[in-house]
Amino acid sequence: MGINAPLTQNLMPNKTFFWFFLPTGLAMILFIGLPIISTGIQSFYAQHDQVVKEVKKCDPFGCTVSIVVDNEETTKLREAKPLGKFNGFGTYVDRNHLAIDEIKKFWNETESFGAFVDQVTNLPFYKALIFTLTYCLFVTPNVLLLGFIIALSLNAVARKIRGPLIFGTILPMIVTPLVGSLVLFWMIDSQGIIGANIQNLMNDPYLSLKSSKTLTWITIIIYGIWHHSPFAFVVFYAALQTVPQEPVEAAIIDGASRFQRIKHIVLPHIYPVVTFVALISLMDNFRVFEPIIGFSAEGSAQSLSWLIYDNLVNEEVILFGSAAATSMMTIVGIAILLAPVLIRTWKEFKTAR
Amino acid sequence: MDYGLDRKSTSLKTFNTIFIIVWLLIACFPFIWTFWGSFKVRADFFSRSDWWYAISAFNTLIETGGKFTTDAYTQAWTEGEFWKASKNTIIVTVFVVSISLFLGTLGAYALSRSTERYAFWILIAALIFRAMPHITLVSGYLFPFFQLQIWGILPTTIVVLVAINQPFTLWLLYSFFKTVPKELDESALIDGCSYFQAFRHIIMPVMWPGVITAGLFSLMLAYNDFTVTALLLNQENHTMVPKIQSYLGTNQHEGNLMWAVSAVVSATAPLFMLVMFFQRQVISGLTAGAVKG
Repeated sequence: MGINAPLTQNLMPNKTFFWFFLPTGLAMILFIGLPIISTGIQSFYAQHDQVVKEVKKCDPFGCTVSIVVDNEETTKLREAKPLGKFNGFGTYVDRNHLAIDEIKKFWNETESFGAFVDQVTNLPFYKALIFTLTYCLFVTPNVLLLGFIIALSLNAVARKIRGPLIFGTILPMIVTPLVGSLVLFWMIDSQGIIGANIQNLMNDPYLSLKSSKTLTWITIIIYGIWHHSPFAFVVFYAALQTVPQEPVEAAIIDGASRFQRIKHIVLPHIYPVVTFVALISLMDNFRVFEPIIGFSAEGSAQSLSWLIYDNLVNEEVILFGSAAATSMMTIVGIAILLAPVLIRTWKEFKTAR
Repeated sequence: MDYGLDRKSTSLKTFNTIFIIVWLLIACFPFIWTFWGSFKVRADFFSRSDWWYAISAFNTLIETGGKFTTDAYTQAWTEGEFWKASKNTIIVTVFVVSISLFLGTLGAYALSRSTERYAFWILIAALIFRAMPHITLVSGYLFPFFQLQIWGILPTTIVVLVAINQPFTLWLLYSFFKTVPKELDESALIDGCSYFQAFRHIIMPVMWPGVITAGLFSLMLAYNDFTVTALLLNQENHTMVPKIQSYLGTNQHEGNLMWAVSAVVSATAPLFMLVMFFQRQVISGLTAGAVKG
């Protein structure tokens, strides 16, 4: 060791680290850290109400006072305080977000618990939350399962033809979700090849994706599985290459069935990778948004990300406050999803030291 | 897992083959179908009366006199100004990839060589940043960008995409740098190199596979992005993906849906070719973080 000892302990002094890390650190602080803070601030403001004034109008029959919008004053106010008026947690609890008052009202007014749930799930935020969670809940496990089966299956074919097969398998993953969902949508739409044939088969000319909420949800979930499975496949496939041979061979000699071998040798070996894929897939699924545009499914399926998008592309005035409040709550959702992983990493980090 | 001992029964083999064929059909057929349909007229590809028209090209024959037509492509690229969108995509992609790699290699190298506690926390922070839905970040950008009057232009979008891309690039390159033995830089430092010289002349030359992989992923992010480009660019500067969406929105025009179809094919083809060429790197990138756990 001798002369090398201090180097091996910490190869890079703090000052060098700082200069190497500065550019990327600055980029992340300015364009990921600050925007989150900016979103937080915006969520406490709401767009200005229109300024109104009383106009007294007199005609031979007498005078009437009417209230009209003062456009000039409104513009002036908007320019003076572009962020809007301070609203505190007002946006968070309004009808389009947590809807506290509405829920209280429903609780007191509805007779059965079912009716209450029904009412609540019709509120925009809860509707979107439920779709987002349903999507995550159905897509993530199926992605893991399908990815694993494809990996096992491809792993069993001759090495020579695997290359092209892998290429075909990863295609759904490398296109952007908007394009992927459009390509599927054009097939299953009532005028597309699959949609038209299902209509004929069922003998129902009105059967289409848009005709039922359940069908739309199922389609988007199937799309999600189609789009994300290749990722799980690739990771599992690579992990399968590292499974040690000896225990497998020993198991075969001992007469273990194929299923037993997978359950007791292969799965335990690739377990850390399964958690990794599940986490990544969960994070990606939670931000589901582009397929809703691709499938033009806004009517029956809205996700949290879609709600934010919808506020930001609002025609008249961009609803910064509303979008920001939904964003903050989405971030809280992500934090809840990530918490178990972070806690685990923290514990491992503690014990490693 | 080619075990000499492991004999598969014929029925299992057949089942496996059928499964793979079915899966590949599900995975690839939509793309093949869209490619095929992009050379038809709308009445054929989106046929109300008979889906077989898409194959027999019934209306395409009537409308254009041939079984295949490239009308959708020519119109989308000229009249639909798809050429402008692809030009913008190229600009955005080139800049995002080069800046991402520059920042990412420096940062990831530092992270991989530091044993300080903060290096660990930076990686965790990057993981959290990676999890942020892009739309929540965009809702943070819009207002300040309007105020600073930098909304709508390409440079803003490029910087934003670079930043959004950093967490993933850092993690990916970090796992690659970890595989380069520390003894390499140590010997260079003892020989009197500065850290930057060691990085530039000793480490980077052996890092090319990792850099190519990270570059490919930055490219895919920049090329495929919809959320950021659709909301941060004005109509004039739209890249390909938001352009495709804008064709969908104006459905009244007869030709526009076919513009979208041909634009989807035009945008997807280069990506597929790239991935075909760099398949090995894509797969090593996806697994780099994973296999190590």
